[in-house]
Amino acid sequence: MREITLSQAVNEALAEEMRRDETVFIIGEDVAEAGTPFKVLSGLVEEFGTARVVDTPIAEPGFMGIAVGAAMTGSRPVVDLMFGDFIFLIMDQLCNQAAKTHYMSGGKLSVPLVLRTNLGATRRSAAQHSQSLHALVAHIPGLKVALPSSAYEAKGLMKTAIRDNNPVVIFEDKLMYQEKAGVPDEEYLIPFGVANVKREGTDITLIATSSMVQVAEKAAEILAAEGISAEVIDPRTIVPLDEATLIKSVKKTSRAIVIDEGHQSYGVTSEIASRLNEKAFYHLDAPVLRMGAMDVPVPFSPALEDLTVPTPEGVAANARKLVAGEMLDGEMIHAA
Amino acid sequence: MSTSKTKNAAQASAKDNAEDFLRMYRQMVRIRTFEDNANQLYLSAKMPGLTHMYSGEEAVAVGICEALKVTDKITSTHRGHGHCVAKGADFKEMFCELLGKEEGYCRGKGGSMHIADQSNGNLGANAIVGGSMGIATGAAFTAKLLGKDDVTVCFFGDGATAQGLMYEVMNMAALWNLPIIYACENNGYSEYTKTAEIAAGSITGRAEAFGIEAHTVDGQDVLAVNSLTEQLVERCRKGEGPFFIELMTYRYHGHHVGDINREYYRSKDEEKDWRENKDPITRFARHLTSEGIATEEELEAMQAEIKADATAAVEYALKAKYPDASEVDMHVYAA
Repeated sequence: MREITLSQAVNEALAEEMRRDETVFIIGEDVAEAGTPFKVLSGLVEEFGTARVVDTPIAEPGFMGIAVGAAMTGSRPVVDLMFGDFIFLIMDQLCNQAAKTHYMSGGKLSVPLVLRTNLGATRRSAAQHSQSLHALVAHIPGLKVALPSSAYEAKGLMKTAIRDNNPVVIFEDKLMYQEKAGVPDEEYLIPFGVANVKREGTDITLIATSSMVQVAEKAAEILAAEGISAEVIDPRTIVPLDEATLIKSVKKTSRAIVIDEGHQSYGVTSEIASRLNEKAFYHLDAPVLRMGAMDVPVPFSPALEDLTVPTPEGVAANARKLVAGEMLDGEMIHAA
Repeated sequence: MSTSKTKNAAQASAKDNAEDFLRMYRQMVRIRTFEDNANQLYLSAKMPGLTHMYSGEEAVAVGICEALKVTDKITSTHRGHGHCVAKGADFKEMFCELLGKEEGYCRGKGGSMHIADQSNGNLGANAIVGGSMGIATGAAFTAKLLGKDDVTVCFFGDGATAQGLMYEVMNMAALWNLPIIYACENNGYSEYTKTAEIAAGSITGRAEAFGIEAHTVDGQDVLAVNSLTEQLVERCRKGEGPFFIELMTYRYHGHHVGDINREYYRSKDEEKDWRENKDPITRFARHLTSEGIATEEELEAMQAEIKADATAAVEYALKAKYPDASEVDMHVYAA
């Protein structure tokens, strides 16, 4: 299978869907000739023109609002939000308008839009360009949330998102744009709410999202060398969440760590751990462990920033203790 | 500010327009009657929650919506019953919605502040002040993208001019020549505060800063509102949008139905003056009778008929059933 970067995969997905459906358009800051700062959209304006690859002023609430109205009236906008951190600027349009319109109208109106944005620290960009804020939107009924973990997922989830009749938020890991993965030449879609068992194992389940899937896979390698068999599962979408696959795995392994780059408190790790507790408690041999980003604003200094996100070594160390039946002390429930 | 007009509806042949005029009158009376009933439902504790009355502003919604086609879009506000009626909604579904009943426009899930009637192009009332400005501009964007000649009217109040979203979307609408009319209903009050205390400078000047042609019109004169809107809608269809209209009007009630004791921000004399001397329905009735379009008796008969319609719709809605409990998690996501 050919290998392409995550950036190329997103670009291909958009181009294919825009060729298929003339109501699909892209809107955001520097999406046209600039192709975004990450160059994800390069070439699209040349094919589809400025009417469908629409550069906006720096006005996130404005273009998000325009996308909501466009979606309600027959278009399928793909909104490009340059950094996930800017989601705070568009919260009213996303959460009060887009998320609730279908419900508040008794099912008469719908908002088929995709919000493309990103997450991920360790790019030395400090606290306003490094956050992973997907838990915020996952909290709001009416929104779907996809977290691609490789180029393959990025393409298949994007195509599904564009065809979905609901607002879908896709968070790409901005550090993965240049990472390659096998992506088939032929068309494919990845259904929402279907987790991917990346690696089978018997001693512990590592549930990981987005870039943390790689962290979990590396941790599983470390553990394998020590004779601990870890299963790695990527939920791919956190709304809807494929609870059944996660529960089935944990019933088999009887232990789990949930790894996600959002802040740990009140986050995705908490939600998944809690569901496992409710639905697989009597199969557990150890508490389900959360490993999120530290509850601190992301610091600029590399010496500090690298301490805030989970690492393969940190995951492996925690897994080792869980498998050995050792109590975990307070410091271990945080990153690294 | 431009006040130029290519056509003066008041001077046009009354006989030629008799049907249109009577429909406008009927729609204004329907709004007032709807609101009187909604207010009674609140005062008699038969309505859950509360609501914001449109009474006094009828000429704005009717003058504008009568210049639109069914396929044209509007976005509405928390004070939205007038827009909803003027765009073609039925009393029965509206009262059912206000009472949270299954047969309401939104199956009782939206209520007064979220009535939407997509079959008539009403994209919905919005409980966030200024919250629909993006939606309206997006509807106009769709028209341009897909090559439709639909025009969108974005209704909002003077209070919403304080929201930043308005400036972001007017900027883009102007840059992209979108077919939208921003209709600012200036009723003199932003909730419980005089507009003069919340809006520096001129309202139309805000639009003009973006190069958007802006007009101020007497919002109590349905013919003036309709005539101006017809011209602007036509120009929007030709790609000359966007436009901005400031409509000078007045809300008879408080900010909402529960805002009864309001003399701390508005005098009874002022309210009395608007009701007695500037009422849009009385004013238009005088025009209709003086022009020989209708007799007072005919207008009274129309009012009585509308009143009976409203009473029947209220009775129906009071007896209608609530949504089944199984509906509570229905319509969170579209299929």
